[in-house]
Amino acid sequence: MMRKVMVMLALAGFAFAFLPLAFMAGVVKEPGALASAYLENSPRDFAAANVVTAIVVSYRGFDTLGEVAVLFAATAGVGALLTRKRLGVSETAGNKREATEILRTATGILTGLLVMFGAYIFMHGHLTPGGGFQGGVVIATAVLLNLLASPGARVAHGVMTAVESLSGATYVGLGLLGAFLAWGFLDPRTLPLGTLGALASAGAIPLIYSAIGLKVGAELSGMLEALKGDRE
Amino acid sequence: MAIDIAILATGVFMVIAGIAAIATKSLLVSIILSGGVSLAASVVFLLMGAPDVAMTEAAIGSGLTTVVFLYALARSKQADDEDSSERADTPAAGIGGAS
Repeated sequence: MMRKVMVMLALAGFAFAFLPLAFMAGVVKEPGALASAYLENSPRDFAAANVVTAIVVSYRGFDTLGEVAVLFAATAGVGALLTRKRLGVSETAGNKREATEILRTATGILTGLLVMFGAYIFMHGHLTPGGGFQGGVVIATAVLLNLLASPGARVAHGVMTAVESLSGATYVGLGLLGAFLAWGFLDPRTLPLGTLGALASAGAIPLIYSAIGLKVGAELSGMLEALKGDRE
Repeated sequence: MAIDIAILATGVFMVIAGIAAIATKSLLVSIILSGGVSLAASVVFLLMGAPDVAMTEAAIGSGLTTVVFLYALARSKQADDEDSSERADTPAAGIGGAS
């Protein structure tokens, strides 16, 4: 009884604290000072048609590097925790059910399309919505579909590790190039900017986002496989 | 105006699905409902003009997180089964574990 009253009081307190936010919510017609500065400057500075990508990869590039590092630490932790105990190696190997005909056929058709779509998302990150993280997750979805369709299948760990570490090194290398050749660390103006809206534009942003996409895709695929378990 | 109504309807769905997710007894239903909340959230982001965030929410929130939760549920059930079968095989270990 007492506990319920306390919970209710806490909820009422939260509701009271967040009440002003509810009245402020809605679509803002005029962007604020910082937002308009980004909107004005990013096409001129980096020739990036998608302002969000210009902010994520260049203005706030260091934060993105931190995010990638956090994701790496999280997937490494999942892998370390789940491979140590090796749950159910012998028992589950035998009674794995075969996937249905529908799932197997659909996987064959969809895998190529999904990988292509993921690559499209991160290569066009500077032109259309989306980018490295979203594209990487779409690629991991393709891997997941294959894991579901053939329960005995394994992810090629050597390839995954190679892709993951190479793309991570490329990301940091491009950032260092920016420090030496352009204005600062992760400045994408090491390559020619090109015209606004072209695929080969916005300096090194497409390269950086492709590296992030491959890294995220490889990490999440490895994590899904670790979660699936039953490895030898 | 039409967009406001759509946002409100999606928001109402999110609240109902969220409450149902904590109220239900089945963990499986709860996981699927929280995936549905994420999907509705991505629709709201899209309606409010944030397609980048909407893509992230749809891919990670409603896709990957749901799958990770489902795998975790399957693994925890598997671990439970193994523990109970070990205890049934060796009663002494069961008593030792209980004390």
